[in-house]
Amino acid sequence: MPATRVKFYQTGSFAVGNRLLAPEQRAVQASAGRTNAITRGHRACQGCGEALGARFVLDAAMRATGGQLVVVNATGCLEVFSTPYPESSWRVPWLHSLFGNAPAVASGVAAALRARGRPDIRVIGQGGDGGTVDIGFGCLSGMFERNDDVLFVCYDNQAYMNTGVQRSGATPPAARTATTQAVGPAPGNAFGQGKNAPLIAMAHEIPYVATATVADLRDLEAKVIRAMAFRGARYLHVFVPCPLGWGSPARDTIRLARLAVESGLFPVFEAERGEVVAVRGIRHRVGVREYLRPQKRYAHLFEPVERTDVIGRIQAGADRNIARFGLLDGGPP
Amino acid sequence: MLSQIEGSRAVAETVALCRPQVVGAYPISPQTHIVEGLSALVKAGTLGGCEFINVESEFAAMSVAIGASAAGARAYTATASQGLLFMVEALYNAAGLGLPIVMTVANRAIGAPINIWNDHSDAMSQRDSGWIQLYAEHNQDAVDLHVQAFRLAEELSTPVMVCMDGFVLTHTYEEVAVPTQEAVDAYLPPYRPRQLLDPAEPVTIGAMVGPEAFTEVRYLAHRVQLAALTRLPALAEEFAASFGRPAGRPVRPYRTRDAETVVVALGSVLGTLKDTVDELRAEGESVGVLGITLFRPFPLDAVRAALRQARRVVILERAFAVGAGGVVTADLAPALGPGQQSYTVVAGLGGRPVTRASLRRVLADAGAGTLDPLTFLDLRRSLIAPACEGA
Repeated sequence: MPATRVKFYQTGSFAVGNRLLAPEQRAVQASAGRTNAITRGHRACQGCGEALGARFVLDAAMRATGGQLVVVNATGCLEVFSTPYPESSWRVPWLHSLFGNAPAVASGVAAALRARGRPDIRVIGQGGDGGTVDIGFGCLSGMFERNDDVLFVCYDNQAYMNTGVQRSGATPPAARTATTQAVGPAPGNAFGQGKNAPLIAMAHEIPYVATATVADLRDLEAKVIRAMAFRGARYLHVFVPCPLGWGSPARDTIRLARLAVESGLFPVFEAERGEVVAVRGIRHRVGVREYLRPQKRYAHLFEPVERTDVIGRIQAGADRNIARFGLLDGGPP
Repeated sequence: MLSQIEGSRAVAETVALCRPQVVGAYPISPQTHIVEGLSALVKAGTLGGCEFINVESEFAAMSVAIGASAAGARAYTATASQGLLFMVEALYNAAGLGLPIVMTVANRAIGAPINIWNDHSDAMSQRDSGWIQLYAEHNQDAVDLHVQAFRLAEELSTPVMVCMDGFVLTHTYEEVAVPTQEAVDAYLPPYRPRQLLDPAEPVTIGAMVGPEAFTEVRYLAHRVQLAALTRLPALAEEFAASFGRPAGRPVRPYRTRDAETVVVALGSVLGTLKDTVDELRAEGESVGVLGITLFRPFPLDAVRAALRQARRVVILERAFAVGAGGVVTADLAPALGPGQQSYTVVAGLGGRPVTRASLRRVLADAGAGTLDPLTFLDLRRSLIAPACEGA
């Protein structure tokens, strides 16, 4: 395969491919000879966090497995923008069945590979937050409790973006979606709802659970490689901003992901067998206001009057994460 | 060798002889004994490296089969009733992807009201799912059809559903010849997938297809199904030559050649019907039975040929299309000529026995020209009267 010249953009001091690093520490993405699970030509929006996340997850998994990889994809943006017939962006064996069954399909693939004496070929299931925490959750939990040899990756952009930004079980409080409109006395998504899929995954006591974001792609790659070192059920929850659904500039995808981490709204950690073993601490703490302000889905919190009460409740949630995971002092208490 | 064996056990042993590599299992009456039997066989190591997966739902059972089949394994599952309906989305998907999964459906009513007993409402509701459907008359038939189902599915790369009446067949002990491993191996070659998830040769399976090609994909699916109309009879002949028994013939005419009245039915009720026809023949009545084994694709030409001489056709429906009438009736209508009178008899819903006495009454009414075009066999009018009053 002829080497492709890869364009390089510096996206921040924590981002992958930082040329300030010594060559051996540089990301593989900066190498012309890198693995290439999903190639150019797909129809993702500009600034799509999911496309970026999926590329880094699968490329890292290809490296970890020597390319012996099968990918099962739930219905959703990633599936739609990557395979408009008769084209496909995938350079790995890839199967899309339905919206709600990707974990079970992945279990079937893994079982077939065991039965056929090919346990060297590894299986990744992937989907958005709707396909993972809502419609696919029964299949995901079943895959977890049976400890099937699958890494399932959720690209969480916090709503049903493919169908036009409707609320999911991963939509945060106060966020405007097409089904939680910014109208009435309590605009946006309700407080006290939603589910924490990584914690529920941990409750299954599976070998490995981790969270990551597209703001720290080196960390994301490392977690994929770590996940592939385990056999059994593994879960990786990746925070992926969506410019279209969040009403944020395409150039802010990485910045927003970083602000979600630095505000404490999205805790980044690793867990093994149900116990947190590592957290990625906050380096430069910011208030949630800084994260919320650039996103049009939270515009009703700032105009016509600033809703300090609502922002305060969101800040309280971030503070709870910081205390719970010990994000300011290197790990859980 | 003949053995006295429960239908479910016979099917479990036969499926095991077909060397499935992945079995997804979820319990539902009256299917459960089949996966229980397979569970024991896999656990005991009888099936080599077969993976038996206790899934969390029927939707997952079919999804596991989809993944397994696409990754090159021979995949099997079994279900019934609500379970079949719970996996409907995956059912259509398996067919659309052309994955040769074999599934047993232990036919049972669908609710509400909840009812665990036998009729054909479950499988009939999936007649347009893209699956080939075979209906067993007795347990020997169920055994033999499973062996053929794997062969047919894999030759055409399309899924096959083997339907057997819940309880009436699944829970009945009768004499069955379970084939030998050697005979099954000779008849059924190892699975060679037409499409395979293989890192050495990556393919994209399940891409999004828009208006520019969707009709063509459906057309080709229809074409593949229709191939079963010629492929199944050939496989049936080959089976008969190897195993010494007929099975898998799309239609089974019984004393129809000169029959003025022919009753059409699917499944285990054919036994009662044949007994009734024998009685009536002995009394000089001109009656016959046409059994349909292959319901999808619908063998219209074979049905037309078998009914050619009949003046009256009575279609015994073990399912019912509310608001329309008979399910089989609608499919069969194009096979009838202008001089042929057809009657739809809805019978045996939710496990109500279909008795010889009731069948004799229906046939007498048909002969006298007094049978309603749509009749509910043994309808208990006293039960419906209060609800119907003043309506």
